[in-house]
Amino acid sequence: MNPRITLSTAGRVLRQLRHDHRTVGLVLVVPAVLLTLIKYLFEAQPAVFQGVGLIMLGVFPFILMFLVTSVAMLRERTSGTLERLLTTPLGKLDLLLGYGLAFAVAAALQAAVSTLFAYFALGLDPRGSLALVIAIAVVNALLGMALGLFASTFARNEFQAVQFMPVFALPQLLLCGLFVSRDQMAGWLQAISDALPLTYAVEALQEVGTQAEPTGTLWRDVSIVGGAVVLALILGAATLRRRSG
Amino acid sequence: MDPAITITDLAVDRGGRPVLHGLSTTIQRGSITGLLGPSGSGKTTLMRCVVGVQRVRSGAVTVLGEPAGSPALRRKVGYLTQAPSVYADLTVMENARYFASLYGVPAAEAAAAVRDVGLGQAAGQLVGSLSGGQHARASLACCLVSSPELLVLDEPTVGQDPVLRDELWGRFRAMAAAGTTLLVSSHVMDEAGRCDRLLLIREGRLIADDTVAAVRAAAGTDDLEEAFLRLIKAQEVAA
Ligand SMILES: Nc1ncnc2c1ncn2[C@@H]1O[C@H](COP(=O)(O)OP(=O)(O)OP(=O)(O)O)[C@@H](O)[C@H]1O
Ligand SMILES: [Mg+2]
Repeated sequence: MNPRITLSTAGRVLRQLRHDHRTVGLVLVVPAVLLTLIKYLFEAQPAVFQGVGLIMLGVFPFILMFLVTSVAMLRERTSGTLERLLTTPLGKLDLLLGYGLAFAVAAALQAAVSTLFAYFALGLDPRGSLALVIAIAVVNALLGMALGLFASTFARNEFQAVQFMPVFALPQLLLCGLFVSRDQMAGWLQAISDALPLTYAVEALQEVGTQAEPTGTLWRDVSIVGGAVVLALILGAATLRRRSG
Repeated sequence: MDPAITITDLAVDRGGRPVLHGLSTTIQRGSITGLLGPSGSGKTTLMRCVVGVQRVRSGAVTVLGEPAGSPALRRKVGYLTQAPSVYADLTVMENARYFASLYGVPAAEAAAAVRDVGLGQAAGQLVGSLSGGQHARASLACCLVSSPELLVLDEPTVGQDPVLRDELWGRFRAMAAAGTTLLVSSHVMDEAGRCDRLLLIREGRLIADDTVAAVRAAAGTDDLEEAFLRLIKAQEVAA
C-alpha cells in the first residue's frame, strides 16, 4: 500500500465522476425528490415521516454506491484497465481504498445535501445531531460500495451487475425493520435480519432519531457496519487476481 | 550483462486447451524484438506471460533477473495491451497523469508522453471521443510515461497512418539505443524489418528465432512477407 497511489486513485475516480454531469445531478437531486414524495405520502402521519424519512437518508447512499461501484468495477474489468493497473506498482489495497475514499467523498456530499434539504425544507428533525446522520449515511455508502465491489466479481456484463442490486440490497431492505418492525417478524426472519449489516445501520439511525446524545447501541451498530465493510473489502480484494487464465 | 528476458519450456493452457507448447527463447537488453505470427498463434498469450498476468502450466519466465510478475518488476516493465486500456471518461492528459502518478513520475513526463505519441493537440479531449487510432495512442502514452526498462507492446501501431508509424518506430529505436528493451508484436511485415531480432510463432510454437538478416537468409528471400510464408510452409511439410 502506498498513500500517494491511493490518493491519486481516489482523485482519478472523482475526476471520472465529475465528467459525468448527469450522474452527479442524479446523485444529488434524486434523494431530495424522493424524500419530498415520502413527506407528502405521510402528510397525515408526521411521526411516520420522521422515522421513515430518516431511514431513507441512510438507505439512498447504500443503494446508490452499490450500483455505482459494481458498474465502475465491471468497467475496470471489461475495459482492460484493471489488468493494466495490476501490472503497475498499484497495490490491490490502493485500488480498493482509492475507490472507498472517492465514494466516501461523493456520499458525504450527497448525504449533506439530502440531510440539509430534509431538515430545512421538509422539517425532518431528529433528536440527535445532523452530523451523526450524515456520518452514518457515509458508513452506509461504504457498505454499499464494498458489497458492490464484491458483487461485481460475479457479473460478466452490466445487465448482470445491475441485477445483483436486488439480490444484495432488497433482502436487507425488506428485513431491516423499515417495513415490518423487527420484533413482529417470524423468528427465522429475525435471525436472518440479525445477520444483515443494513439492519444495524437502520437501528443506528433510529437511535439518532430518538436520542439526543449518541448511545452505546449507536456506537455498537456503527462498529458492526464498519466491520461488515472491512469484511466485504477483504473478500473483494481476494477476488482481484493479478494472474488469470 | 544478463538478458532482459529468459523463457524456458513455457507451456500455457487457455480455456482448457494448450496454447503455448514448451517455448524457449532469450531476449537481450537494449534490443527490439518483433513477435510475429498468424492471428490466434499465441502472441498476446506470450506477452501476458512476460508481464506476469498469465497463469502458466509449466516452465519459467525470468524478466530483468526476477521471475515474471514479481512486485519489483512492476515499475520496470510497461505493458501495452492489444485492446486500448485507458479510461474513456477521462481526458488524454488526465489518463497520462494518473498512470504517471502510479510510478511517482511528475506531470511534466505525462505531458511529454502525450506529445510523443502525437496527441498534443487532443490532450484535453475525452478519450471516449477520440478516433480509433488516437485511442490506441492514448493507451500507448500511458505506458511510456514511466520510461520502463522493458516495454512489452502488443500491436502498438495498428490503425496508425504510415507517417505516424514511422515516427513511432523512430521513437522505439531511440529508446532501444538508450538501453530500453522492447518486445513488439505486429502483423505488418515492413515493421518486422525494423526489429533487431524476430520471433515467429505459429500455433504456440516458435518456428523462427533469429536476426532479421538470418531469417531472410534461411528463407532464401529478402521479402519478409514471403519469408514467413515459406517458413510456415516448411514447418507444415515437416509436421
Ligand atoms: N481468455 C481466453 N480463454 C480461452 N482461450 C483464449 C483466451 N484468450 C485467447 N485464447 C485462445 O488462445 C489462443 C492464442 O490467443 P492469443 O490472443 O495469444 O493470439 P494472438 O497471436 O495474440 O492473436 P492476434 O494476432 O489475433 O491478436 C487462441 O487460440 C485463442 O482463441
Ligand atoms: Mg494478440
